[in-house]
Amino acid sequence: MNTLSRLFSSIFPPLLFFVCAVLLWHLGVELFDIKPFLLPSPLRVAAALKTHITALLNATWLTGTGALCGFLLSFAAGFCISLLFSQSRLIERSLYPYAIFLQTVPIVAIAPLIILWIGHGFYGVVAVSFIISLFPIIANTTTGLTSVGQDLLDLFALNNATRWQILFKLRVPHAVPNMLTGAKISSGLSVIGAIVGEFFAGYGTEHFGLGYLIILTNGQVKTDYLFACIFFCTLLGWAIFTSINVLSKFLLIRWTGVD
Amino acid sequence: MSMEATAKTDSLVAAHGLGKTFTGSIKALIDIDVDIDAGEFVSIVGPSGCGKSTLLKMIAGLVTPTQGTLSIAGLAPLEARHQRQDLAYIFQDATLLPWRTVEKNVALPLELAGKDNAQVADRVTEVLHMVGLDGFARAYPRHLSGGMRMRVSIARALVTQPGLLLLDEPFAALDEITRQRLNEELLRLWEEHGWTGLFVTHNVYEAVFLSQRILVMSDRPGRLLADIAVPFPTPRPANLRDTPEFVHLASEVSRQLRGTSP
Repeated sequence: MNTLSRLFSSIFPPLLFFVCAVLLWHLGVELFDIKPFLLPSPLRVAAALKTHITALLNATWLTGTGALCGFLLSFAAGFCISLLFSQSRLIERSLYPYAIFLQTVPIVAIAPLIILWIGHGFYGVVAVSFIISLFPIIANTTTGLTSVGQDLLDLFALNNATRWQILFKLRVPHAVPNMLTGAKISSGLSVIGAIVGEFFAGYGTEHFGLGYLIILTNGQVKTDYLFACIFFCTLLGWAIFTSINVLSKFLLIRWTGVD
Repeated sequence: MSMEATAKTDSLVAAHGLGKTFTGSIKALIDIDVDIDAGEFVSIVGPSGCGKSTLLKMIAGLVTPTQGTLSIAGLAPLEARHQRQDLAYIFQDATLLPWRTVEKNVALPLELAGKDNAQVADRVTEVLHMVGLDGFARAYPRHLSGGMRMRVSIARALVTQPGLLLLDEPFAALDEITRQRLNEELLRLWEEHGWTGLFVTHNVYEAVFLSQRILVMSDRPGRLLADIAVPFPTPRPANLRDTPEFVHLASEVSRQLRGTSP
């Protein structure tokens, strides 16, 4: 009962805000007589959503799969790269600036290049998503692996621990909270990456993701349909972020025994 | 370096003209001569920052000396640590791994040494009983009080049945009552198991209560000022602290210590 009322109190205020905002939007469109191609009323958006629901769901599924693959790849690759960085200051110092490059280069600028190399379709989309979500994993995991306290390192040294034991029994477990922070940031970015990837690497007219649909509907000035696309993009980002967040909270509780 | 020391003495820990200068020519320790026999409990008292922890870390092979010789059972500290594997260290902080339960924390040294699970489990139960933590095996460190965490840390140090126990101000962060209680238990464990104890502290009463010998060190750079024998027989009751002899000796150590800083 208590958890139910708590759930209610955490859901109710944002829901109320949502209803008010939609109402205001609707009234604004009616009152100022705004052209539907500039800003369609919520009713029109809902109608477009209903008409194109199959296409939208398929597109969301495809984009979601691309984002998830990009995210999982970046997590695996980022983890391995961080392990390497933690083992040698020299490697870290020589490669880290290039890792930062991943963060600073605008993804829209290099996406066409990636598509040129990887090719159109699913793999191109995954590659763009992978590249944009890689850096937060590397940065956070490396910090976690290398910020172990001196006393703990001494403790392991005193027990004649091997390099592997120090890595997998001390550094990696110590880095788990950082890895989860990185994963949370990357999960959101991976969706952006997949959509941007689809701007350039659309799958074609029969089989398409949200990014392709956005370009298409924008070109045809189907603004209500475009709004429906944006709605599903947001939903997708939220779904991935929330799943990672819940998973991360669960793991942290298991990890440090907080209840 | 160890050859010479071996020829001179058969002490467990032997330091001669030992010194440590850190980079930037910061002198931490100068000209330390100490011999510690197996089975002794020796306290090192000195003001904060006098290099007493550095001395302990050199014995553990974590810090290399820059002057003089230091040997553990005739071996260089690092060799001794690798070959003898009977060294344990207790830090000021409990230094527990927050993702491991109490029993897994205590088992760590055995696990790192590659001992098999059945043996480990029995031994862990045994030491947890020794430090009065039965029933807390499955708890996580963050559920425990500071004093209990320090007990876990002691259990982890004792789990390998060490011959030489180095204690680096382990009770400094605890309240007085907890500190006294843990002092009594540490002394009992020492009597029962006969390891050699080297205890760093800046608390004079703690040093007098626990040790057979007290080494007084000066302010930085640390030198050895006095080597005071503590004549009280063991077992020592808790109320030894109230006897005139105890108070007298404690003030004598304090006087020596105060003479160190201008």
